[in-house]
Amino acid sequence: MDRFSWANGLLEINETLVIQQRGVRLYDGDDKAKLDVGVVLLTTHRLIWRDIKNHECCISMPLSQIIFFEEQAAGIGKSAKIVIHLHPVPANKEPGPYQHSKFSYIKLSFKEHGQIEFFRRLSEEMTQRRWENTPASQPMPTGMGTQAGRTRAVGIVGIERKIEEKRKETDKNISEVRISLKAKEMVEVSRSIANKIKDKQGDITEDETIRFKSYLLSMGIANPVTRETHGSGTHYHMQLAKQLGDMLQAPLEERGGMMSLTEVYCLVNRARGMELLSPEDLLNACKMFESLKLPVRLRVFDSGVMVVQLQSHSEEEMIASALDNVSEKGSLTAEEFAKLLGLSVLLSKERLLLAEKMGHLCRDDSVEGLRFYPNLF
Amino acid sequence: MSFEWPWQYNFPPFFTLQPNADTRQKQLAAWCSLTLSYCRHHKLYTLDVMEAQESPIFNNKKIERKLSMEAIQVVFEELRKKGNLDWLDKNKSRCLVMWRRPEEWGKLIYQWVSRNGMVNTVCTLYELSNGDDTENEEFHGLEEWMLLRSLQALQSEGKAELITMDDSKGVKFF
Repeated sequence: MDRFSWANGLLEINETLVIQQRGVRLYDGDDKAKLDVGVVLLTTHRLIWRDIKNHECCISMPLSQIIFFEEQAAGIGKSAKIVIHLHPVPANKEPGPYQHSKFSYIKLSFKEHGQIEFFRRLSEEMTQRRWENTPASQPMPTGMGTQAGRTRAVGIVGIERKIEEKRKETDKNISEVRISLKAKEMVEVSRSIANKIKDKQGDITEDETIRFKSYLLSMGIANPVTRETHGSGTHYHMQLAKQLGDMLQAPLEERGGMMSLTEVYCLVNRARGMELLSPEDLLNACKMFESLKLPVRLRVFDSGVMVVQLQSHSEEEMIASALDNVSEKGSLTAEEFAKLLGLSVLLSKERLLLAEKMGHLCRDDSVEGLRFYPNLF
Repeated sequence: MSFEWPWQYNFPPFFTLQPNADTRQKQLAAWCSLTLSYCRHHKLYTLDVMEAQESPIFNNKKIERKLSMEAIQVVFEELRKKGNLDWLDKNKSRCLVMWRRPEEWGKLIYQWVSRNGMVNTVCTLYELSNGDDTENEEFHGLEEWMLLRSLQALQSEGKAELITMDDSKGVKFF
């Protein structure tokens, strides 16, 4: 932590902002720093941290100070972290919050996620080393200090670590490539099976086709939007909303233009497989459909039941079909109507209630249950 | 002559208070007119809410539907707003049903009075409701409280004046 200097939070002339992430706590080695949660900014030249409330409290460190860095996965009750190993304090360093520290590394703890993207951008900056090409107007203190003895020791260990890290990285990349290749293969295979099914529809029962379709669907999303890749907050929900808009189109059309939110929740999480979505995130994403002008909409019925429906889904048509069905049968319960349309009872009831609200139907609430009649009044 | 039930009486939703405001309004109007015409047909002047629930008006045994207590109260309240009903007690358990409002009765009586040249004469209440001359009139057999109210309505219009005689009440028409 003693590598940090007080800063004014302004960027130098040649410096550009790369990424920033809220909700980051600093650790001096393994100890929590005496600073609160704040925003961490990565620029082409520096790592900057600013207190979330008190913007005066801002510290920075040149990127040249960094030897290497590694990820530390999240655990139960622990946020994901990035551990950054540092060169010793340069002699001409400006004062900072820590005069001295026994640790030669700091940790960034990501309370509100976003560490994956941050890690990626930091790696990019560290390989590009842009601070060398375009020095900021103010001379940046370099990491290579004059205290030869310590430097060498750390340096060698550092180099060794760097090599080890590189090896790990390559391993990881290879396995990731393998997984994605496999996924691609799987998708290919399932596609060919789907086509075969289409060709000889007769041999396979409707039920089986439906079941297979759902299997296919569960392999659907190749790279789900997660908090890790897109951080938290609105940006995450926006990306999620876009992905939902795409993937819900087909299932919605199949189901007559409307699905209850619970159905959507199950479908989406089955499709995502590992990266499960919380109900709250799903709802927040759905709430953004309208502002993002996506072809799907979240709709809340008077009863509080929430559904996702196609924007093209016409209400008049829905009411008219409800009225037609009820008139034809004389009267209907929600269960009977659900069977007739192949919908869930919940949704069929909402349709009947909507038609009632519009004055096309009326109800008979007796011991036999709730029945709807054409409104003859 | 048996009472003729309206079509709604055999329509099950008639016995469920409709949540849709428009529909409910039409439903209540139908209930009001049914209640009044039923009472008129059976010459009923008072109704007990508890008994009403079991009476054929609100209980259709054929389709096994009955109007709930709560809904009956709503219908009665609606009738009260229209001036066709008065509660007899604070608990709203008994009520007077006026299938004709006092003003309407008053008008009928006054028409009869003018037809028979009885303006500016005095007659007793008994004569009006039970006299031989009124036998073919609709107000024949009208209960005394109802008759009194009707005449009071006429009095406020300046067409009659109630007079208290020795042991009975009389009325003079103008």
